[in-house]
Amino acid sequence: MTNQELKKTAIEVRKGIIEGVHAAKAGHPGGSLSATEVFTYLYFEEMNIDPKNPKKADRDRFVLSKGHTAPGLYSALAQRGFFPVEDLKGLRSIGSHLQGHPCVQHTPGIDASSGSLGQGISVATGMALSAKLSNESYRVYTLLGDGEIQEGQVWEAAMFAGAKKLDNLCVIVDNNGLQIDGPVEKVNDPYPIPDKFKAFNFHVIEVADGNDFEQLRAAFKEARETKGAPSAIIMKTVKGKGISFMENQVGWHGKAPNDEEYAIAMEELKKAGEE
Amino acid sequence: MADVKKIATRESYGNALVALGEKYDNLVVLDADLAEATKTGIFKKAFPERHIDCGIAESNMVGIAAGIAATGKVPFCSSFAMFAAGRAFEQVRNSVGYPHFNVKIGATHAGISVGEDGASHQCNEDIALMRTIPGMTIINPSDDVEAKAAVEAAYKMDGPVYLRFGRLAVPVINDRPDYKFEIGKGVVLKEGKDLTIVATGLEVNESLEAAKKLAEDGIDAEVINIHTIKPLDADLIIKSASKTGKVVTVEEHSVIGGLGGAVAEVLSEKCPTKMLRIGVQDTFGESGPAVKLLEKYELDAAGIYKQIKAFV
Repeated sequence: MTNQELKKTAIEVRKGIIEGVHAAKAGHPGGSLSATEVFTYLYFEEMNIDPKNPKKADRDRFVLSKGHTAPGLYSALAQRGFFPVEDLKGLRSIGSHLQGHPCVQHTPGIDASSGSLGQGISVATGMALSAKLSNESYRVYTLLGDGEIQEGQVWEAAMFAGAKKLDNLCVIVDNNGLQIDGPVEKVNDPYPIPDKFKAFNFHVIEVADGNDFEQLRAAFKEARETKGAPSAIIMKTVKGKGISFMENQVGWHGKAPNDEEYAIAMEELKKAGEE
Repeated sequence: MADVKKIATRESYGNALVALGEKYDNLVVLDADLAEATKTGIFKKAFPERHIDCGIAESNMVGIAAGIAATGKVPFCSSFAMFAAGRAFEQVRNSVGYPHFNVKIGATHAGISVGEDGASHQCNEDIALMRTIPGMTIINPSDDVEAKAAVEAAYKMDGPVYLRFGRLAVPVINDRPDYKFEIGKGVVLKEGKDLTIVATGLEVNESLEAAKKLAEDGIDAEVINIHTIKPLDADLIIKSASKTGKVVTVEEHSVIGGLGGAVAEVLSEKCPTKMLRIGVQDTFGESGPAVKLLEKYELDAAGIYKQIKAFV
């Protein structure tokens, strides 16, 4: 896909996020929107996957370690054809396959259940190790929040992945700067993030704008070409990206828009699509 | 007793892994810097490329195992029960139990018979913790024969299994031609009419010995070996309880939430029966030789006998 096509797709993914959390009257739009470009890039450009055969053995794997941003992942999966886009309106409701956090047993295209922060990176690392053990060529991607890296288990997994030189593993940190209780540096300062991953023997790729497809394209190419070490893509993003009143507002971490806000958000996305 | 062969079930575990590793390429073993103690080191020697030492990071190890299972291999991950079930509880719950990944947890050094290391390492809570996880199978074998059979059965079933092994060498009691192991099926080792002793793990042998002493006093005890605590063989326990009218559970675990808890749950709902739960009585352990600790906490044959005498 061209960057222009990816941009158009990202707008559709954003619409699905807003539809989902509005219908659910709950969910996490802020971190879903900051990661929309990365979800879109992974599922439309980067990963070897087949929506018609979601369990194919040689597929690339993705683990959403920051599982609360499931609305973003679900929307990308729906746009990619893993299940109907209409399903997004069932988010978080009884009987829906779209649980509040990803569940491997319910949703086509989900490779691991996640949501308890810090655990997804370990599972992804296990998948990458497994590929190495049996000489398989698939790659494993995992997305973490910048607040999530306060969890100690993240660093247990990072130490392990670095030590085992898992160059088929790509860890992505969505550095949108905000967590529930406020700016990450005020809650429990995780900075400098790149230095930490370097110290754990990762090849670190810094992305100045993680909502820009050109920069993501370059970063994922560099990660793919890196041998002998796992890669960590540390990308600066905007929480709530694409919806004017949600951008950089911590309050939109885990809150659904009301009907009026929903209408404004959808109108903004419609306009963005016409540009 | 001097001629009875003794072996720790952790040793059986290591040996069973090697036997299975020879047959199945997709079996992978993980440890957290305790390979010598958990006996996965035996597997490491035979299959170094399939033994992964995760270092002292049990939570990550469980996640790594989940990822390996997600790709179709069968990981056995090991640490002491305290860390596998205790420290990594939430990883077992969320990364393994919830997705129902095919991870086998080989937890060694369970119970008070850890001995000299003391209370920090004596896990008397693991069965209770693991029981609360939906879909988790829990097996606590009584000897070498049963431990090896349990490891093989765990490999062959699809889904998470918690295997509980001990540090202390225990007598081999199941070495007989007709021995058969089936997950979820209890075994009546001695029939009796006056009371039912439901035991698990190393307490099965102690209970058999206690039953002999009870017989000398004219008390005819039925002894049931419950190697699978979940799913529990409720039918067998109810049948025996209906016959004898008295049930005693014996386990090297807290009386809260373990075998005693599980049996009490079943009987109180389906067949209210007078019960005695023998186990660790809501207390921490302490340092000392394992055999001496079992004696002090009345978990040896003499202690079981004494408590049952007071009960009947």
